[in-house]
Order: sequence, then C-alpha cells, then structure tokens
Amino acid sequence: MRAWLAAHAGGFGAALERIAFAPLGSALNALVIGIALSLPVGLYLLVSNLQAASHQLTAAPQISAFMALDANRAEIAQIEARLKQTPQIAAYRLVPREQALAELKKSSGLTDVIDGLPQNPLPDAFVIDAADPSPTALEALRDEIRQWPRVAHVQLDAQWARRLDAGLRFSRMVAAILGTLLGIALVAVTFNTIRLQVLTRREEIEVIKLIGATDAFIQRPFLYFGALQGLAGGAVAWLIVSAGAYLANRSLGELSHVYASLLQLNALTPGDSLALLLTPASLGWFGAWLSVSRHLALIER
Amino acid sequence: MISFSHVSKRYPGGHQALQDVSFSINAGELVFVTGHSGAGKSTLLKLLVAIERPTSGSVIVNGQNVGALGRRAVPFMRRSFGLVFQDHKLLFDRSVFDNVALPLQIAGFPGRDAARRVRAALDKVGLLKYETAMPITLSGGEQQRLCMARAIVHRPAILLADEPTGNLDTDYALEIGELIRSFNQVGVTAIIATHDQTLLARLAPRVISLKHGALESGGAA
Repeated sequence: MRAWLAAHAGGFGAALERIAFAPLGSALNALVIGIALSLPVGLYLLVSNLQAASHQLTAAPQISAFMALDANRAEIAQIEARLKQTPQIAAYRLVPREQALAELKKSSGLTDVIDGLPQNPLPDAFVIDAADPSPTALEALRDEIRQWPRVAHVQLDAQWARRLDAGLRFSRMVAAILGTLLGIALVAVTFNTIRLQVLTRREEIEVIKLIGATDAFIQRPFLYFGALQGLAGGAVAWLIVSAGAYLANRSLGELSHVYASLLQLNALTPGDSLALLLTPASLGWFGAWLSVSRHLALIER
Repeated sequence: MISFSHVSKRYPGGHQALQDVSFSINAGELVFVTGHSGAGKSTLLKLLVAIERPTSGSVIVNGQNVGALGRRAVPFMRRSFGLVFQDHKLLFDRSVFDNVALPLQIAGFPGRDAARRVRAALDKVGLLKYETAMPITLSGGEQQRLCMARAIVHRPAILLADEPTGNLDTDYALEIGELIRSFNQVGVTAIIATHDQTLLARLAPRVISLKHGALESGGAA
C-alpha cells in the first residue's frame, strides 16, 4: 500500500515537473480547454436558472373559466357542482370577483384608479387543475367547459410557459451536445499533447524500460499530466462562468431595482462545480491513457 | 546461473546473428564475450534481457526461460541485471544523483534508503562530489562511470556491459575495468561484450569468442 502510494506520488510529482518545465504552454492549453468548456457550462447555467424561474411562474398548466359578469350565485353554484362531478378535474378554486379586485388592487398599485371605478369590472372565475396535464386532454376539457351555460370565456393559460419550457429543454439539449462534443475534443487534444510528449521522451522511455520500468511506471506521469491539464481547464471554465454570472448579476441587479422583481443568476452549485472540475480531469486522464498505451506499444523493447 | 542452449537468432530480413550457440555461466564468474564487429556480441546481450527473443533454442537466467517470458514479467526480470551501455544512455534532463536513483525509483525503493544507496554507488565510482551536477558537464569517462553507478545501485546479481570502454582512452578504460573487477570480486556475475585487448589482458577473464554468429571458443564453463 505504501509502495503503491509512493509510486503514485512519484508519478504525480513527475507530471508536475513536466508542467513546471513548460509553464506557458501548459497555461495556454488550460486556457483553451477552459474557454471551450465555459461555453456549454455557461449555457447550462443560464438554462437551469431560466427553468427554475419558469417553474416558479407556473407549476402546471391551469384552465381559467370566467363567468359572465351578470351571473348570479345560483348559476355559479351550478357550475361548481358540474366541476365537482367531472372526473377529468383534479382540483378547482373559485376566485370571487370581490377577491379578484382586492388582489388586483394589492399587486398593481393602481388603488386610486380602481377605487374610482363605478363598479367591479372583473367576473367570478374558476381556476381549474386538470387530472391529466397533457395538452390534448387540457384542450378537450377547455372545449367542454366553454359550452357550459353562463361561462363567458375559458382560457388555457401556461401555453407560453410550455413553449418556454420546450425552448429551454431544447437549449439544454444544445448545451449537452456542445458539452459532449467539447468533451471529445478535450480527449483528442490530450491525446495529441501526450503523443508529442511520448515522442520527445522516446529515448528516456527506452532507457527506463531497459532498466526494468513497468508500463504502469512509465504511464503514470503522462496520465497525471492529462488529468491535471483537464482539471486546470475545468478550473479556468469555472472561473470564466463564475465571473460571467457575477457580472451578469451586477447588471441584472439594476434591472431588478427598476422592475422590483427577482431577476438573479444563481452561481454554479458546489455539486456542479465539482463535476466541472472532475469531468475534464477524467477525460484528460482517459485521453492520456489512450495516447500513452498506444504509443508505448510502438516503442516496444 | 545463465545458460544458452542451441540458441539461434535470425532478424527479420534474414540476417543470421547467432547460430546454434550453447554455453553456460556460473554465478560469480567474470566473462568477456569477444569477436569482430557483427559477430553477434550485442545480440547475445540483448537476448539475455529480452530486448530480442531467440528464433530457436532457449536462454535461461536464474531458472527462467527469458525467451518465453510474458510482456508483463520482462521488467521484473530486467531488475536482476545492471546494464552498462557504450553510449551510456544517461538522462540529460536530470542531475547525476537522479540518474543513479532511477533504478531504485523504478523498483519502488523508499526515499531515505534510496538516497543512501545512491551516494554509496556514486562514492564507489568516484563521482560523489558531482551529485548535483548535470551529466552533460561530465567527461566521457565520468559519464561511463556514472552509467556504472546506475547499473549497480540496486545491487543486481548480474552486470551486463556492451562495449563499456568503446569510446574511452586507455586510462579511462582501465578505470572501468577495475570497477568491473571490484564488483565481480564482491560476487556480481559480470558479462562484458568487448574487443578491447588491453582490458582483456588486464582482467584475464574467461572468454567466450564468437565468429559470424557461431561460438568459436569458450563454451565450456
């Protein structure tokens, strides 16, 4: 166990030496990897934030049924009874016109204007949750309720939210595809870097093979080099995305003051950050492994 | 300890380097392998450490059939040898000390013991004062002594040297010869491929002589 640890510490040390030996090249490599990775990660962060925000707005699509303005209590009770009997409806809530007016007063700040109205312009309304939230079921339900007596208008809201959601899901997929492609590119870049290293160290590798070095001993510094390069790239991407989020929040902060809303870009979570560091590191390791095992086999002695 | 029986080696392309060579070497012997260039001396050494595999026949070292060793077993087998090359094969990107420490690192030797052994080996070849120097700053003879230090630092049972004095003046060559003799005297089996007549005369070893890949004399122990 101790020998194993010492061997790995040795490999790690040798990898660090190689990085220190070419600091500029290593830094540039990390920068390239970091900038490339920051694209999908930044997109992912943006999409996650928008998605969370859109979920706050509407959890599930709802149907709003507005009664005619002159509908009386009995007619409303009738509709309520029908709603209760319809199995496609999971829940409903009556919003009486007085309550609706009070809410409008509270949220819009137009107290003076509303107080000046001669009568309440708002109808009584039902907010309905369907048992089956699929679009076809919702539309069927909407069409049915529309035909009930004294129902003036039925609105299937949240359609825009679903469109937004679909858009976000699409963006998320774009981020995933971009991330996968750049992950492959990272493996390829590491493969090439390590290939060059193996070729320039060919003589050294031949000598230590003659002295009795195992393949694992020869491979270790290269593998650690690949992993460290990936890790550094991940760290650069983390910095870029975090700095981007910080700057975006500063300008969003001004917007928030104006609109008194909660516009804020959350930074990467600790879990995301860890993944952003470890994924490129393992991809780097993998690329290095592919390269070094392939090229060591060519230096067969 | 070492035995060749009916060993032949034909390289791809048809060059017959060794032809039905048989001999054996006992532990603690000092043996020179001589012959004109191209006689098969280098091939013989390469077969011993599995750089090349025999086309036919068997090469036995410490009871192991080297020619049939698996890829993974080769590095461990090589650690029982100390290798000295005509062109030294030093690593010029690291210090004298680190060059000598390499076989110990490879064998996974713990640090403090390793440092002690490296200094002992450097002292033995008279290079202790250069431990922090880079190999490129050493003279040819010193580089060859450094190569010797690297070959013996892990206390191998067998020292193999391919033309160790090939590039050296007589004085340096004799120094190397004395070093080889001193290792041999403490029990290391030494096999030296050379055509250096001065060295031969000085050390008076057993001689295995090759001619056009065939054993000319010295086969019987």
